[in-house]
Amino acid sequence: MTTLALDNTFDDPTRRAPLVLGHDEFSTVTEKICGVNEARRAPRAWYIAFAISLFFTGILGVMILYLFATGVGVWGNQNPVMWGFPIINFVFWIGIGHAGTLISAILYLFRQKWRTAINRFAEAMTIFAVICALMFPSIHVGRVWVLYWTIPIPNQMELWPQFRSPLIWDFFAVGTYFTVSFLFWYVGMIPDLATLRDRATTRLRAIVYGIFALGWRGSIRHWHRYERAYLLLAALATPLVLSVHSVVSFDFAISQLPGWHTTIFPPYFVAGAIFSGFAMVMTLAIPARQLWGLKDFITLRHLENMNKIILVTGSMVGYAYIMEFFTSWYSGSLYEWFGFANRAFGPYAWAYWIMVSCNVLVPQIFWFKAARQSIWVMFIASLLVNLGMWFERFVIIVTSLAQDFLPSSWGYYVPTWVDLLMLAGSFGLFLTLFLLFCRYLPIIAIAEVKAVMPKAHAHESEASR
Amino acid sequence: MNEPAPKVAPMESPARKSAGAALVPGAGEQRLYGLLAEFETPGAILAAAVRVREAGYRWWDCHTPFFVHGLDKAMGIKPTILPVLVFLCGLTGATVGFVLQWFTNASSFDLWAGVWVRGYEFLISGKPVLSGSVYPIIMFELTVLFSAVGCVIFLLVLNNLPRLYHPCLKSRRFLRATDDRFFIVIEARDPCFYREKTETLLESLGALAVEPLEQ
Repeated sequence: MTTLALDNTFDDPTRRAPLVLGHDEFSTVTEKICGVNEARRAPRAWYIAFAISLFFTGILGVMILYLFATGVGVWGNQNPVMWGFPIINFVFWIGIGHAGTLISAILYLFRQKWRTAINRFAEAMTIFAVICALMFPSIHVGRVWVLYWTIPIPNQMELWPQFRSPLIWDFFAVGTYFTVSFLFWYVGMIPDLATLRDRATTRLRAIVYGIFALGWRGSIRHWHRYERAYLLLAALATPLVLSVHSVVSFDFAISQLPGWHTTIFPPYFVAGAIFSGFAMVMTLAIPARQLWGLKDFITLRHLENMNKIILVTGSMVGYAYIMEFFTSWYSGSLYEWFGFANRAFGPYAWAYWIMVSCNVLVPQIFWFKAARQSIWVMFIASLLVNLGMWFERFVIIVTSLAQDFLPSSWGYYVPTWVDLLMLAGSFGLFLTLFLLFCRYLPIIAIAEVKAVMPKAHAHESEASR
Repeated sequence: MNEPAPKVAPMESPARKSAGAALVPGAGEQRLYGLLAEFETPGAILAAAVRVREAGYRWWDCHTPFFVHGLDKAMGIKPTILPVLVFLCGLTGATVGFVLQWFTNASSFDLWAGVWVRGYEFLISGKPVLSGSVYPIIMFELTVLFSAVGCVIFLLVLNNLPRLYHPCLKSRRFLRATDDRFFIVIEARDPCFYREKTETLLESLGALAVEPLEQ
């Protein structure tokens, strides 16, 4: 079987599907991927997208200044809905990040070699999503100048964090998640930065990439430890990624509120996070592979595999929705049952049904092979899943808070224009960082892709003679 | 290079005679670092590495654009100590996680941590001050944090990186070590190194080219 096959989407288990199409040489792989960063000018679409993203990032900056200058009253958060958009956006963005770690760590441990084409930018996506996520609780505290109180540092007030609170667990979980994801991403990138350094045509590029490549020269004595370190980081990131969204779900599950106080939350949140993250990977991968002609690496088979994961995790989320209802009915608790019936048929029924149709019904289309292989179908489905997963967090947070135990305290939550612009601005920040990453850093793990090419397998017979 | 060093001091090594030889006649201060041999395929370098090892060299290395499976074994590289160090980092993290929560929320004595600090017995809804059931979460997070940070730090320390200069990086030919070519470098300080003999060996292994590297 030639490695230059153009179709690798066959289901014949007796043949090994090639992971890289159209390349038989290592040098053309280097050429193609580095070409994204080395082109004197980016594609026109990049400049347009960058200008729009930068504009929204600017809006975010202005909104944050306005918030700091005026106070949290500029948001729609009011009694009884104290956690409005900021916490919805926090949970949404932190969930987006999870696919990156799943691809880079869990698929690595399971020896899923197809991950090599998508892990780099999925990890980048993780980091940028976590940056967006960290921003929201930080500004949501209101008194941002005392944010450092969440950190256990010695201070003149002899004040310590209260470690029984899930909010402080969140601080540790998300902080650790960001640090570990960043280290994993950077360590994975060192050999590729060395490639960019060695190919540099200008002094500036050689110096900048040279500094970040840390003097990497592909020594096998280094590779030997590097491979072990990478395995260790993957093994550390795997339980970490499962813990992060579990801890985020504790923010809700530890409380006494109907609709939040459920034991299904940790696995349900993790499945939802991976689901939404994969949708975001699709949303970013489809235009990126088109724009820079990376279809040889991010092949249709890669996209099809991701669609299968979206189908599985989407169905798990659907199961969780049904199970929540069953549990609340089975509990016999009036408040629990009201909470859930109110979600589906109360004042926020519109949001609930957007959530169900986007998250449960839309992914079912991926049962069909034709849909799994259609670029437009998967792109639109991924956008709808992103929308649905944002609404999931909206439904969980707002419906439970708006109508709790006492009808006299009920209310209806309406976001303000500041809320909406901040949400748009967080997308701007995310995309700005992502576009900069695409332009200046290797978006596909070059060394890893080479290692999964058939040519990379040294013939053992030659070695043993 | 930080593998177990051969127990031969470079000063007394017979290699000095050939290593000290000038690269360019008349330019006495430029000393030979080693010989660089270029190979085309992973298979070729794997076969060559076995032969170089059999020839008794200790101060040598392979440079490849990606990790060639089996090459570390062929070179006789011993398993790294990194996992042990990471495990110790993880234990430290777990300990710090426990002590941090116990001291700040369930004790009342003074401790010197850069400055004098005092623990505080945090009483929340009549629960015991030492509520062990909530500690594992932060202990777990700190275990992972310490392990991951330690893993990267020790990876760099053991690899002697960051290092912004290396004799290999001066070679134009070596630029392809991060692209599509595979290199063996035998250092002049190796006790078995004799320039002519080593050059002949490398050429006999099917190297595309052999070139000297300056210090």
